[in-house]
Amino acid sequence: MINFDLIFPEIFLSLVIMFLLMIGVFKKNSERLVYNLSIISLIILFALVINLYTFEESYIFNESYKIDILSLFTKSLVLIVAIFIMISSFSYLKTQSILKIEYPILILSSILGMMVMISSNDLIVFYLGLELQSLALYVLASFKRDNILSSESGLKYFVLSALSSGLLLYGCSLVYGFSGSTNFNTISDQTFQTQYGVIFGLVFIIVGLAFKISAVPFHMWAPDVYQGSPTSVTLFFAALPKVAALTVIIRFLYTPFVNLMDQWQTILVFISIASMLFGAIAAIGQYNLKRLIAYSSISHMGYALAGLASGTNQGIQSSITYISIYLVMTLAFFSCLFMLRKKSVFYEKIEDLSGLSTNHPVLSVALLIVLFSLAGIPPLAGFFAKFYIFMAVIEQSMYFLAIVGLLSTVVAAFYYLRLIKIIYFDKPKEKFEKDHNIGLKITLAISTGILGLYFIYPGLLNNIISRILLI
Amino acid sequence: MNFPILSSLIIFPTVGAIFILFGRSSSNYNAAKYISLFVSLANFILSIFLWYEFDKNNSGFQFVEERLWLEGLINYKIGIDGISILFIILTTFITPLCIISVNSTIKNRLKDFLIAILVMETMMIGVFCSLDLVIFYLFFEAGLIPMFLIIGIWGGQRRVYSAFKFFLYTLLGSVLMLVAIISIYWITGTTDVIKLYELGIDAKYQHLLWLAFFSSFAVKTPMWPVHTWLPDAHVEAPTAGSVLLAAILLKMAGYGFIRFSVGLFPIASEYFVSFIFVLSLIAIIYTSLVALMQEDMKKLIAYSSVAHMGFVTMGIFTMTPEGIEGSIFQMISHGIISAALFLCVGVVYERTHTREISKYGGIVSVMPRYAVVFMVFTLGALGLPGTTGFIGEFLILLGTFKVNFVVATIASLGVILGAAYMLWLYRRIVFGEITNTELNKLVDLNKSEMTTLSILAIASILFGFYPDPLLSTTTTSVESLIELFNSNIKLYTASNL
Repeated sequence: MINFDLIFPEIFLSLVIMFLLMIGVFKKNSERLVYNLSIISLIILFALVINLYTFEESYIFNESYKIDILSLFTKSLVLIVAIFIMISSFSYLKTQSILKIEYPILILSSILGMMVMISSNDLIVFYLGLELQSLALYVLASFKRDNILSSESGLKYFVLSALSSGLLLYGCSLVYGFSGSTNFNTISDQTFQTQYGVIFGLVFIIVGLAFKISAVPFHMWAPDVYQGSPTSVTLFFAALPKVAALTVIIRFLYTPFVNLMDQWQTILVFISIASMLFGAIAAIGQYNLKRLIAYSSISHMGYALAGLASGTNQGIQSSITYISIYLVMTLAFFSCLFMLRKKSVFYEKIEDLSGLSTNHPVLSVALLIVLFSLAGIPPLAGFFAKFYIFMAVIEQSMYFLAIVGLLSTVVAAFYYLRLIKIIYFDKPKEKFEKDHNIGLKITLAISTGILGLYFIYPGLLNNIISRILLI
Repeated sequence: MNFPILSSLIIFPTVGAIFILFGRSSSNYNAAKYISLFVSLANFILSIFLWYEFDKNNSGFQFVEERLWLEGLINYKIGIDGISILFIILTTFITPLCIISVNSTIKNRLKDFLIAILVMETMMIGVFCSLDLVIFYLFFEAGLIPMFLIIGIWGGQRRVYSAFKFFLYTLLGSVLMLVAIISIYWITGTTDVIKLYELGIDAKYQHLLWLAFFSSFAVKTPMWPVHTWLPDAHVEAPTAGSVLLAAILLKMAGYGFIRFSVGLFPIASEYFVSFIFVLSLIAIIYTSLVALMQEDMKKLIAYSSVAHMGFVTMGIFTMTPEGIEGSIFQMISHGIISAALFLCVGVVYERTHTREISKYGGIVSVMPRYAVVFMVFTLGALGLPGTTGFIGEFLILLGTFKVNFVVATIASLGVILGAAYMLWLYRRIVFGEITNTELNKLVDLNKSEMTTLSILAIASILFGFYPDPLLSTTTTSVESLIELFNSNIKLYTASNL
């Protein structure tokens, strides 16, 4: 007998998507209604997922779908951040006149894909979730149809993502061929150090997933797609798919391929060092805030992977902590971006921030907190994220990784400081508009509040995260 | 005593800053000024009370507070001993003076400036109180943020360059310290300083860890050859920023050397003594010579700070009671005197808007009171007996003579050079004919300037004649530190035989 309670959130979300589609088709001018209903359903969904925390680690559908603390935590992370993304981007969508019924529905489908991905314990289920998520994202990237940059970014994302999906599928088929199963648990029992076929498969799968989280050297799409997509979609790109993909990476590395740790550790250390350094150095030359945050996110993914490379439970926990704090920082940063509006035009160049502190002291303080947090300067939350990562890395005596990582924070500090310099030291420009949607203000207040006050009770996340024990 | 006096010292300035931030007086700055002055004075009184309550004969840590913080990893632990209490009092003493001096020097965005100074005070007190390496690192690094803004927003011409240089230099030094701190956690299982003093760290790790800590402290001290950020930062920072930087920020590193380098890594410290001596001597002689050549008053004093801190590092690594006590005394003395000197420069800079020495000369006839006060601090800086400067340098040289005759002799030359550049500076500014006619319009010290400078002058002369209150506070703790050091060395040599 299948326990449908465990998969009830996913079933609920699928029903909601279909229901909202029907409303959108049969009721004229229902954009706002659909948008608000989707926020409400996300909140219900969040409650449903929270409700599952009481269950022990369990499987359904022939062990192809797994509910454990890792999947529940990342699912609730995705949902809570999605709620804030929806709330904060409403005014942007309205001003840009891209508030159509498809928008929230595509977001919901993408979230459904992520939830399936996160819980998958089987190659086929995993691929299903991944594609559902990606397909929705392709459309979202080019959602501003009449803008050439947006269309370009959609196409670019589609082509490169298809390539990576191809690699991923090839890897999956190799793994299936050599281990004889698509189930993660069975693969884990069947793989040994000497099976070169499985190792090939592992490499292909890591490459495909590295593409999804835009880690170097598979990052090329990120800056263009980030810049071209509507800002609200960029926020979505920068936040949620990374959580889902990182969870899947954790799942892959620590369930089916746990016996091949020696092999994948080397790959991860390389990817992580390359991402940290490249993200830090390449961002120095950027003049568009969205491109800059793309490079910054590449660098941040490098840190998250560094935690995984340590190969311990503490490493996994530090990665999850890192990505959680990264999500808050991204949310806060983009909330600030949504506020740079003058006469229905949104500004996204670095020099548009010039002298912001004179006219907008509160917004500037928020940006100050976000930027120093992104740079990892204590006592802000970003420091604790990095601190946990380096705790895990140094425990395994991976000093090279730790020192390169810390030195690249110094490089990265340079471009965050440059933004602060422009905000605080330069001559002021024309004022931006000050009448912001209340949801946007709340999002900014909550996220910067978390970043600024995290040091008072840094054990906040640890109670749950420390229960994630995979090996 | 249950009242968390140290935590209140740390939190109080920030609470004041929050009040100022949310106070609705954007046009009228008086409220902000009074709040900040009140908060910093209250903090000073609290710290004096702390000194009164402090038990001088107890060599251990007092007023220890411990709270659960990062569960299972790190506890929030603070406490003081004879070494740290003086730095806390120095901090709470200098901050109100800074805030008074702000009146005349900062014209725009005064509110933000006061917030930055108060937050800075929190961080500085935190550094001197923390008894956990991670907490120490947290405060040590967090201090960068307000100082970056102080230099960058209210600084002079090349403020952006200087602010970046200050921030990145210090950050680069500190990240290696973070690696070392985390390594210590995994080697010993704790970052609690008291426990680490008891446990000791395995000798084979000490050298690398020492170097990592050194990289951070050397930048912050600053020692030659990583001192180059200091003249830039000093020259561009506003007066109050320079005062904080010279009087307190530099002391964080000296304090760190005593508390962590010597305390935690005795074997490595012993090993690197000659290395430190060489760097300190270069700092003393070379930067004194550089100071002689300076055309900018602030730069000259900045270089003299490097030279004075050279004495401090040398004194610490003599590992003698005289040397370490002298270093602590020298740091306090330098805190008072350099703060006063930067304020003195600020006084004339506000009036003439130039710091070039050649533009001055003959000030004595238009600003007699200024000439007197400036004289006191010039003599203090060159270590005239009767000022705090003398006692510090004397004790350090005494300690050094015990250990190494040659080093002490060369360092004594530095004292002469110090007298040379300070007296020459004084002569060029104060004496001689007035060549620059604009100087005739100068007004002598006003009330607030007179108050701040005379308070500092009194402190400098009082403790110059009667250093006992300061020295007796530190003696017990310094002796127990040296005892710990010697027993560690003995144990190590015994195990190597």
